[in-house]
Amino acid sequence: MADKPSSAELKDYAEQADAWFKENTVRDPGFMLPLTFMEVSTDQQYDFLRDWQRKVYEAGYLGASWPKEYGGGGLHSDYQRAATRAMKKYDAPIMINAIGNGWAGPLILDLGTEEQKQKYIKPMLSAEDIWCQGFSEPENGSDLGNAQLKAVKDGDEYVLNGSKIWTSLGDRAKYMILLARTDFDAPNKYAGLSFFLNPMDIDGITTSRIKKLTGEYGFVQTFFTDARISADCLFGGEGNGWSMAMKTLEYERGAKVKPVGGYFVKELDVMEIVELAKNSVRNGKPLLDDPVMRDKMTQYMIDIQALNLNNTRRRMPQLMQDRPMGLPLMNKLARTELIRELTEFSLAFQGTKAGYYVGDENAVDDGYWHRSYLNSFSATIGGGTSEIQRNIVAEHALGLPKTR
Amino acid sequence: MDNLGTIGTTEEQIELMDVATNFCRDKSPIDKVRKLIDDELGYDPGIWKEIGELGWLAIAIPEAHDGVGLSMAEVVPIAEQMGRNLMSTPFGSTTLAAQALLAGGSEAQQAEWLPKIAAGAVATMALREANGDWDLANIDCSATESGGTVTLSGKKQLVLWADSAELIIASVKMDGAVRFALIERSQLGDGALRRETVIDETARSYEVTLDGVTVPADALFDASRTRETLEKIELAAGLIHAAEMTGGAQAVIDYTLEYLKTRKQFGKIIGSYQALKHPTVNNYVEYEKARTHLYSAAHSWGEQGRGEVAVRMAAAQSHSSYATAADRAIQFHGGFGFTHDCDAQLHRRKAILAGALIGDAAYQRSKLASLLFD
Repeated sequence: MADKPSSAELKDYAEQADAWFKENTVRDPGFMLPLTFMEVSTDQQYDFLRDWQRKVYEAGYLGASWPKEYGGGGLHSDYQRAATRAMKKYDAPIMINAIGNGWAGPLILDLGTEEQKQKYIKPMLSAEDIWCQGFSEPENGSDLGNAQLKAVKDGDEYVLNGSKIWTSLGDRAKYMILLARTDFDAPNKYAGLSFFLNPMDIDGITTSRIKKLTGEYGFVQTFFTDARISADCLFGGEGNGWSMAMKTLEYERGAKVKPVGGYFVKELDVMEIVELAKNSVRNGKPLLDDPVMRDKMTQYMIDIQALNLNNTRRRMPQLMQDRPMGLPLMNKLARTELIRELTEFSLAFQGTKAGYYVGDENAVDDGYWHRSYLNSFSATIGGGTSEIQRNIVAEHALGLPKTR
Repeated sequence: MDNLGTIGTTEEQIELMDVATNFCRDKSPIDKVRKLIDDELGYDPGIWKEIGELGWLAIAIPEAHDGVGLSMAEVVPIAEQMGRNLMSTPFGSTTLAAQALLAGGSEAQQAEWLPKIAAGAVATMALREANGDWDLANIDCSATESGGTVTLSGKKQLVLWADSAELIIASVKMDGAVRFALIERSQLGDGALRRETVIDETARSYEVTLDGVTVPADALFDASRTRETLEKIELAAGLIHAAEMTGGAQAVIDYTLEYLKTRKQFGKIIGSYQALKHPTVNNYVEYEKARTHLYSAAHSWGEQGRGEVAVRMAAAQSHSSYATAADRAIQFHGGFGFTHDCDAQLHRRKAILAGALIGDAAYQRSKLASLLFD
């Protein structure tokens, strides 16, 4: 375990990080930058973000607290937190390799073999190897445990047949973390699943881009037709796929493996919405003089402040006694729904200009708000829909019986 | 926006939370709550005595006046647990009167009354009038001074626990300015109190007729302290009721969950139906937001600017979440929910009275908007 830095050491490091991001952050490359790793649409965006991640990594501000022997910085996690704060301060672009650094990386560091750690970790930090995720299927979205993509063992290979969907960066990734069915006679649907570190550049795998409701690309559907992968790609043993998939979700909370740092999704800055409201006009007067808009905006401020403070309260066991899992489990639901409502509300400010969209010179903030609203559904639907989230909170925090 | 509250706790707060959780649960079981509805006094004098002995009335009173010397932050967990267990006592009104004395009272007035309150004397505020306005300065009751004696006139409404109170602090207008008069119970004439029928049957409230009541001139707060006294009353009342409502919201959600986990219809436990499950989760999320705001308001208490924003957010969120959770509790209990025997109505009624006393969620938001956007 790396030593905890003294406050002088940490301050020194934070100042260096601050100076680096101040000098190196490009916020406007002349084209629209994706707000999340799920929105990378053009080659231009992809190349820019890959270069950016490599640059941050090489400067030592990504993976700073991952083990040195596999390409990390080997430092205490306080250092990485300081670097991430500097990134946020300068509103730096996102890290593109979300599935690699946020999901696959921690899993490999936690449970992988020495060989796997040597092979995968460093190139994922430098964005040399981009990763994608193959969990959802066209017929199995919310019911992830029912995944049907077939993986049949044939000698020292598995033969894959089926399809995955909503694969962010699926047409560009080198590897996929893949949930596939190896046993169709298992006692329950979960027990038949296995987890693979699957190479994408092989025969039998094709992708087709999905045009999103925003008009942009970013997701693909991936088709597997007699695709053959080495049996070495199996991770965690046959039949353990569900628990591996669930583990990837746990790492998001930073337990067990130190977070890689940075961010894969840009948080909405509420103050920008307040600014937008203040600069908008209704009946010849400032919009926030309108009592209805004023009241709604105030309610949203109450909501935002509660969710922000919840992040602090979550770490205060004295205020979490009654239902310790309540806040952690409700966070995704509450946050994603609020962002959807807020971005929708931001369109209401714009009066006639709400009619414009990305690409028109009359659009407010180049259509940022419209795009944010439409994209907000990726978070209320993806990663378990809000309806599924309510079931999770009801069953695991409130103790209500399962819905059948 | 740098006037948003932060969150944190104190050791004393957590200790009091543990003690109050057990005390209020043990001393205020629901059958006792219901028995007290038919009791004229409306609370158990034995419990009131115990509350005094626990030192809870002294918490936010300075040590110089025989208090504990903590702040309203440490009152919050107690009021929260009282609200959670529908424990009705003059605790809130007495605490509020002490805060008013601290904000507006002279050294002599504080020295006379704060030690009595710390030792268990009941006190209350007389603020509301016939116009129904939540604006504390929009009042018609008046005071005139002559030869060292102040004569009061007018009627005060929604004066909680007035029949038990040794001290009533009433807002009046004198020479066009809002002033506060300390009225001892003995200074009120016969028939000055009329018990009001309020929607929350666990509370006791009185209309107080001030006509002809006289107090010595030194029983007024100094005119120069009016503004800060009004602010303190508004915020302390907001915080106390926010705490009670947050506790109440938790209780009514728990009460509903119990029913959803046991009641069967069409052969299924009704809590398995998403039509009931999902709105219950929504209510729970709103409650947790209220509790977060409550402890932020407690933590930010006394901070200029932040304190007010945090209290008003807590008051707004706790009122809306309590009202909604109790409203849905009635509905989700079906036919039983329509009966007086179902506890959901106790909470729904309590939320209405609390909103009436301090200003409902929409009123709190209108005050907040100015603090946030102007």
